Amino acid sequence: MLKKIRITLALIMFVGITMLFLDFTGTLHHWLGWMAKVQLLPAVLACNFVIVAALIVLTLVFGRIYCSVICPLGVMQDIIGWLHRKTNKKHRYKFTTPPQVLRYVFLAIFVAALLVGVPAIVTLLAPYSSYGRMVTNMLQPLYIMANNGLAAIAEHYESYAFYSVDVWMRSLPALIVAVVSFVFVFVLMWFGGRAYCNNICPVGTVLGFLARLSILKIRFDKDKCVNCGMCTKSCKAQCIDSQNQKIDYSRCVTCGTCIGSCKKKALVYAVAKKNANPATPHEGEGIDKNKRAFLIGGAIMTGTALLAQEKKKVDGGLAVIEDKIAPARKCDLVPPGAKGIANLRQHCTACQLCIAECPNRVLRPSGSLDNFMQPVMSYERGYCRPECTRCSELCPTGAIKPIEAPQKASTQIGHAVWLKQNCVVLSDNVECGNCARHCPSGAISMEPVESLQKKGSSAVPVVPIINVERCIGCGACEYVCPSRPHSAIYVEGHEQHREI
Amino acid sequence: MKQHNKDINRRNFLKTLGASVAAGSVVLSACKNGNGNPTSITVNDEQGDGKMTMRLLPNSGDKVSLLGYGMMRLPQTEGSADGKEQSVIDQEQVNRLVDYAIEHGLNFFDTSPAYCKGQSEKATGIALSRHPREKFLVSTKLSNFSKETWGLKEGKEMFENSLKELQLDYVDVLLLHGIGMPAEDCDALEAFNARYIDNGLLDWLVEQRAAGRIHNLGFSYHGDIKIFDMLLQWHDEGRYRWDIALIELNYLDWYYADEINARNTDAVYLYEEVRKRNIPAMIMEPLLGGRLSNVPEPVAVELKRKAPERSVASWAFRYAGTRDGIVTVLSGMTYMEHLQDNLQSYSPLQPLSEEEMEYLDTDIAQQIMGFETIPCNDCKYCMPCPYGVDIPAIFVHYNKCKNEGRLPVLSKNTGFRKLRREFLIGYDRSVPVLRQADHCIGCRRCVSHCPQGIDIPQEMVKIDKYVEQLKQSVSD
Repeated sequence: MLKKIRITLALIMFVGITMLFLDFTGTLHHWLGWMAKVQLLPAVLACNFVIVAALIVLTLVFGRIYCSVICPLGVMQDIIGWLHRKTNKKHRYKFTTPPQVLRYVFLAIFVAALLVGVPAIVTLLAPYSSYGRMVTNMLQPLYIMANNGLAAIAEHYESYAFYSVDVWMRSLPALIVAVVSFVFVFVLMWFGGRAYCNNICPVGTVLGFLARLSILKIRFDKDKCVNCGMCTKSCKAQCIDSQNQKIDYSRCVTCGTCIGSCKKKALVYAVAKKNANPATPHEGEGIDKNKRAFLIGGAIMTGTALLAQEKKKVDGGLAVIEDKIAPARKCDLVPPGAKGIANLRQHCTACQLCIAECPNRVLRPSGSLDNFMQPVMSYERGYCRPECTRCSELCPTGAIKPIEAPQKASTQIGHAVWLKQNCVVLSDNVECGNCARHCPSGAISMEPVESLQKKGSSAVPVVPIINVERCIGCGACEYVCPSRPHSAIYVEGHEQHREI
Repeated sequence: MKQHNKDINRRNFLKTLGASVAAGSVVLSACKNGNGNPTSITVNDEQGDGKMTMRLLPNSGDKVSLLGYGMMRLPQTEGSADGKEQSVIDQEQVNRLVDYAIEHGLNFFDTSPAYCKGQSEKATGIALSRHPREKFLVSTKLSNFSKETWGLKEGKEMFENSLKELQLDYVDVLLLHGIGMPAEDCDALEAFNARYIDNGLLDWLVEQRAAGRIHNLGFSYHGDIKIFDMLLQWHDEGRYRWDIALIELNYLDWYYADEINARNTDAVYLYEEVRKRNIPAMIMEPLLGGRLSNVPEPVAVELKRKAPERSVASWAFRYAGTRDGIVTVLSGMTYMEHLQDNLQSYSPLQPLSEEEMEYLDTDIAQQIMGFETIPCNDCKYCMPCPYGVDIPAIFVHYNKCKNEGRLPVLSKNTGFRKLRREFLIGYDRSVPVLRQADHCIGCRRCVSHCPQGIDIPQEMVKIDKYVEQLKQSVSD
């Protein structure tokens, strides 16, 4: 019974969160957004005390059930383990007593990184974010490609049910990290058990402290137990010492598998020294995640190959459009609502939810070490459109706080800089003004500048003049600038966002 | 009959003299007080008795029906499919229409040697010869467009031939035809000079006016505004006197003429220029070639809701007839139903209020302009755009949505969200994002390549703004 409920809830959460990361239409988060917000670390970072308190109470009552229901990385490992058991019936777990030091070292490193502000370490260790990165970087491209296939069919039948979306490599380092962490977790789970949860995951370690004190626990009925060891072999948390009839509650995730494995019904999930109903479920119905996971690697490769082909295909009557190259910004651009770089770095766990959902192709994971994989903005493929506040609605950690469109329109996240040497007005001798025309805050005007007049030319060039006080840094100018690959106008980020 | 004609001739000639003196003094006094208020020439709007509203042509003293018959779209018999048998004017129908029109108070007929493949004057002459001369007024034009007719002799022949075809010995109005239009290889000014000035034809026509063979001399204007301004300047200087001017005026052209066709000038300018000189105006294209009777569905519904019993076209006719100084509004009526509807609109004219005028030339005109498709026929001469914009694809998508009535109008139509979604998804499907209208920088290199004369950058900005509005109108 315990196991059935656990599996049902876990699958709901797991599928929900996965869909949340896959969705690019901006509709699902209205219903599923809470699933990201109940994750422990994001809730802590968002100072969402209600949720933190609820999770603490949950753990004090039921044990580390969080790890086997709410945490998507935990559920993913359960699915991997289930698959291993499916493919190899003889697969058995062993009881281990790992060096306790390891998990405390990781916890200490994690807390220190959080306090000192080394986001790269925090984000690498955060379990929910780790899962988010896997889905966003590995699975979402496939999902979008499948969508694009449907969109092509829909287009054929003049239906607007699906629309095509660009698939693009947002960040190679983030993809590598996602693949490596997936392989790492996969291998640990395949050959061991929840080794990652037991030794590395700081959230697991913290919850482990609490779980020792929980009211409900899996307990041995010492009268019935015959020391057969079946429970130990079934325990993916590797925490049951059947010889001594002891369970390490700091590692037990209350999955209930052992209860079913015990032929003598010697294990119960109960309040101390009271009888409880033993549950006898089968190791449950999961989805074929493993196959999917295996496909991912190959599909990513074919995905990039497809992209390369698309670039080559250019119509004869159309001028070739060179891809834009992101300018080297002295200061990163982060979305309105983030308040500034410091706030984002402190709170963001790099789960990539905002990046996965950004409809304007602006957000991507940072490749630099001091904010590794956290979202940064760049405007080669789009700009931060005035009506869109999606990332701020989604963010579970408070790294990007909720912001309304009008407030966004007056939030300065950076300012535009004109690069004379790239401007087509001067290089191509044409009239332009596309930046000024598209500036939503009216910060750019086209003015004649005598000092730029070329020798022997009668025309005074009319070039963009930027009022940096009015500029909000949305990047419309940078995006629509005809100069390629380097825009003649680009946005330099501000460390601290301001209201104008 | 001849004697009769001569009498009228003499009488009208005297009138002409008198009126021209009067007009001359008006001009002089106008000059003195710096182009003061124009005087009204509307003397006899007859209201409420079901009779055609009449206006006064001050120069000749003729009473002109507010509805004028344009003889350029006369009913034709069907030609044979192989083209051996050309279509000809259906004279019987023309006679019927003309009889009906005269019976109902219409007395002004406008033709040209060029209309209906040159058959219009003859058909008009036949139809009118069955009525007494004092029942009707005839206007024709000196349509020497082709280069072979630019000589004085050819010009004279053209005029004499018009009289012959019309079976008349004088015309009430003669217009220099289409001033401002360029010819094959010369601009509007060169063409104008070659047609009327250098050969002395205009001077000869002035002589004919003095001789009473032309009662009112004027011009019809299309195209280059410089020629229009020049002719009016001559009028001010007293070099040539214009008794009448034919201009295009309707509620769409009032403010949007130059947007419909870059070569044209807004009617508000044309009207006010002739008005302040007290030159009576004849109006052409009151329906803009039928576009103001066949308006987009939502506009038609709106107008019908305002006045369920009036036709959509009647709004345009009332608009054209309401302003002071307009003597007649020409309409090329092919069918009896059109004639009847238009006669009704002006029998008598119920002038529009100022608010109604403004409602038409701003509200309604804006709506119609909003529904206008861009005259792009996807010839791709504009391509490739040096900045990668796929110009024809953008126009094709926009026009397609417009033509199908699937263009989302902000907060106006029901199902806006659905249409918005379809328009934006369809836009991305038809045009890659980097080739969309927002990437037009306005360098104008395409403009000279467009055979339709579309101001491509201007249209791009409009579409871009429209798309931007759509994108920003999210409500979920």
